[in-house]
Amino acid sequence: MINELLFMNGYGIYVLSAFSFTLLSFSALYLITKVQFVKEQNKFVAKFGSLNSEKAKSAKSQRINKEILANATNN
Amino acid sequence: MFKFFEPNKIFQITSKAPRYVLILFVIILCIGLTEALILSPEDYKQSDAVRIMYVHVPAAWISLGIFSSITLLSISGFIFKNKNFFLISKSLAPSGFVFNIIALVTGAIWGKPTWGTWWAWDARITSMLILALFYAMYLISWRIFESEEKVFKITTFITILGIINVPIIKYSVDWWNTLHQPASINILSKSSIHSSMLFPLLIMTAAFALFSLLIFLMKYNTELIKIKNKGLDRL
Repeated sequence: MINELLFMNGYGIYVLSAFSFTLLSFSALYLITKVQFVKEQNKFVAKFGSLNSEKAKSAKSQRINKEILANATNN
Repeated sequence: MFKFFEPNKIFQITSKAPRYVLILFVIILCIGLTEALILSPEDYKQSDAVRIMYVHVPAAWISLGIFSSITLLSISGFIFKNKNFFLISKSLAPSGFVFNIIALVTGAIWGKPTWGTWWAWDARITSMLILALFYAMYLISWRIFESEEKVFKITTFITILGIINVPIIKYSVDWWNTLHQPASINILSKSSIHSSMLFPLLIMTAAFALFSLLIFLMKYNTELIKIKNKGLDRL
């Protein structure tokens, strides 16, 4: 069964390399996007942490900023 | 109507959605891979080489669909002066480009056992390569131009030029004599593909669509946080 699946009447090398290329591309794109996201999130948290209390209060009045901070702490 | 799509309002959804989309994508992909590699029958002519179709065709469909959406959003962004449309377009482009590359590479892998060559300057293949170049130009433009106004204009121009190529890709197999086979699936007329092969093809298409949605959401959230980071600098 396993041999049949890998050999595929002699086309296994083509079929499996096409599927492997696709899955590798997916993994690479997912990882790159995830790294970029985490980097921006960390930058936001660091910048937010360096704000004085007045500016931090004003920034926190925006719902989206609160959401970003909440997500960063959850991750 | 566009107020519903304002980043501040939809971030609550887009920030939480990726984890659910990822779970759904993994489930659908596992079903699709089982169907495509094990359960679906081999072709009477191409034997098991036909299984490459289950990654090649969905990748090509989705890359074409994403480019058409990017064009529509860019033009709408220009007409309605809505920056969010440009942000959505920018977030869609990376997955569209990767799907285009997957379609080209898996097409080349499929070409070797069926046509005896990895590459031919055939109308369908060449027009897909041109689409990849338009994707590359679009993505590079976002990187090299600093001014927002300029980048909006240039990317819209690129997409308008690129969209001319989309019907050429679609009808190239009908207009010219090509190595590439004509479409097996037609929405308006009867499809020539058997249901035992159509089912895994649709499952894999759904999995690929979910993956592009996942990447879009992650990229869109990154872009929104980038904007908010700039906002913090201005405080």
